[in-house]
Amino acid sequence: MTNFSHAQQEQSGSVGKTVTFSSDQGLLTDGGGAIAPLTLAYETYGQLNQNKSNAILLCHALTGDQYAAGVHPVTGKTGWWDAMVGPGKPFDTDRYFIICSNVVGGCMGSTGPASINPRSNKPYGLDFPVVTIRDMVRAQLMLIDYLGIDTLFCVAGGSMGGMQVLQWAASYPQRVFSAMPIATAAKHSAQNIAFHEVGRQAVMADPDWRSGRYLEQGVRPEKGLAVARMSAHITYLSEAALQRKFGRKLQDRSAPTFSFDADFQIENYLRYQGLAFVERFDANSYLFVTRACDYFDLAADYGGVLARAFKETKTRFCVVGFDSDWLYPTSDSRSIVHALNAGGASVSFVEIESDKGHDAFLLHEPMFNATTRGFLESAAAARGLRDNRK
Amino acid sequence: MTQDPHNPRLDLNVIADLVTPGSRVLDVGCGDGALLQLLAQTKNVDGRGVELSQSGVNECVAKGLSVIQGDADTDLADYPDDGFDYVILSQTLQATRRPREALRNMLRIGRHAIVSFPNFGHWRIRTQLAIKGRMPVTGNLANSWHDTPNIHLCTIRDFVELVDELGAHIAHGAALDRYGSPIRVNAPWWIWNLMGEQAVFLLERRAPQK
Repeated sequence: MTNFSHAQQEQSGSVGKTVTFSSDQGLLTDGGGAIAPLTLAYETYGQLNQNKSNAILLCHALTGDQYAAGVHPVTGKTGWWDAMVGPGKPFDTDRYFIICSNVVGGCMGSTGPASINPRSNKPYGLDFPVVTIRDMVRAQLMLIDYLGIDTLFCVAGGSMGGMQVLQWAASYPQRVFSAMPIATAAKHSAQNIAFHEVGRQAVMADPDWRSGRYLEQGVRPEKGLAVARMSAHITYLSEAALQRKFGRKLQDRSAPTFSFDADFQIENYLRYQGLAFVERFDANSYLFVTRACDYFDLAADYGGVLARAFKETKTRFCVVGFDSDWLYPTSDSRSIVHALNAGGASVSFVEIESDKGHDAFLLHEPMFNATTRGFLESAAAARGLRDNRK
Repeated sequence: MTQDPHNPRLDLNVIADLVTPGSRVLDVGCGDGALLQLLAQTKNVDGRGVELSQSGVNECVAKGLSVIQGDADTDLADYPDDGFDYVILSQTLQATRRPREALRNMLRIGRHAIVSFPNFGHWRIRTQLAIKGRMPVTGNLANSWHDTPNIHLCTIRDFVELVDELGAHIAHGAALDRYGSPIRVNAPWWIWNLMGEQAVFLLERRAPQK
């Protein structure tokens, strides 16, 4: 483990816990850039036990953040995985020590494109180095080292978070006792890259984007970012869920207005999602995190053979997919499972029936709940974690 | 060991006896993981499972077993050669779409294959068909013809013929009575085929060189 003697613990109100690694301990990125100093904002839930064997790292998805559970201090809404994290929930905070950090390149307190570039004393903007999933994981490793934790009991996450889980298991197998990659893929597909590109182009087409220097000019590309969010949001839902929730129902009216108002409930819903998103998310950050996903192709680092990424791994895996998820279809999960099988890994795979599409992993799905609980409890028994809840 | 005659999985202990301790085992159609758990406890095996039902997979995962949701028809092809010492298919062969392919894959993935299945040649089944002129319904085969998952039923003789076709060698075979006990007489095949309600076979990839 690295000794972070210069790391500074801070407590600044709006972003919870932060740690800053000084200029000589920054992050060197896959793209050849350097991010120094590096601040990571994180949140923890539950208590770390004496021999530090009950720590679970949760990896958030594209636009998530460190607030996995409880009330989010910025949005006032519940955390992104509140359905799964808390006392008595599958990620039981009475039993496990849960860590969740905002990814590098994010915008909820960790260093990202909206942070001040020490070279120019202005926001980084597009001068921020393009980061990869592996860079995100390297930053998380710095945090885990800083917290003095040797082996994580579990690393879990969905979507982009699931990519980080796979990267953790491949890069640091000896530090990951168990892993739950959920609703994810070992590489971003052409379709996924295409949707991300639409989102980025929407941001960049907004005149208020100002080539990424909008913060200095006191504006924000809200329209572009909202459109990006609207198009992305469609990919998180299934046709069945859209039909069930909205169908062709009209919004507060009995007949079409023959205009371009939000006549349909689905239009109103997407506009609301877009507006709510721009209040909490930085447009440049959106460019960077989507790019990180696009570049993800785990097998490419192992001669194109995914199984080699997990060769002789001792980590216990539980791969979960949702049958109505067309953004990260269960065939992607199965590819991961086949690679793990070929590598002789201990792997379980569950395909959860749900009509909620990709978003299902964030919602209360009883079977997913049961799978997660069962997997963690059996892993805890194998790890020799005492059940201190009784 | 006393066995419940109404338990349709009487064959589990017989199968467990065929497995060498400490070996790597893949149980295809592992259900709630009863056999894998038995093998882990009594034979210290490194076990893996494949199961179609979500509830079955969840039960297995909760028991700490490594089980993948899938089935013998679609998922075995993706397993590498020689990954296991034993590949077990208990009471599932008759429900596969392509039993021949399933067997071939099992013998590719594992050095040994263990297969158990209900014997359609049992006298009770023959009698039902012959006397009543109806599709047989028994304790082992409890569904009516239109409602059964068992689409490829066979007799012990049929199975032995298929094993021959695949070029595999029968290392051990047992017909089980209705209580799950092996019929211990050194009887010719036709007796087994008549008296066995179930059968369990241990197969090896090739016949040994003479």
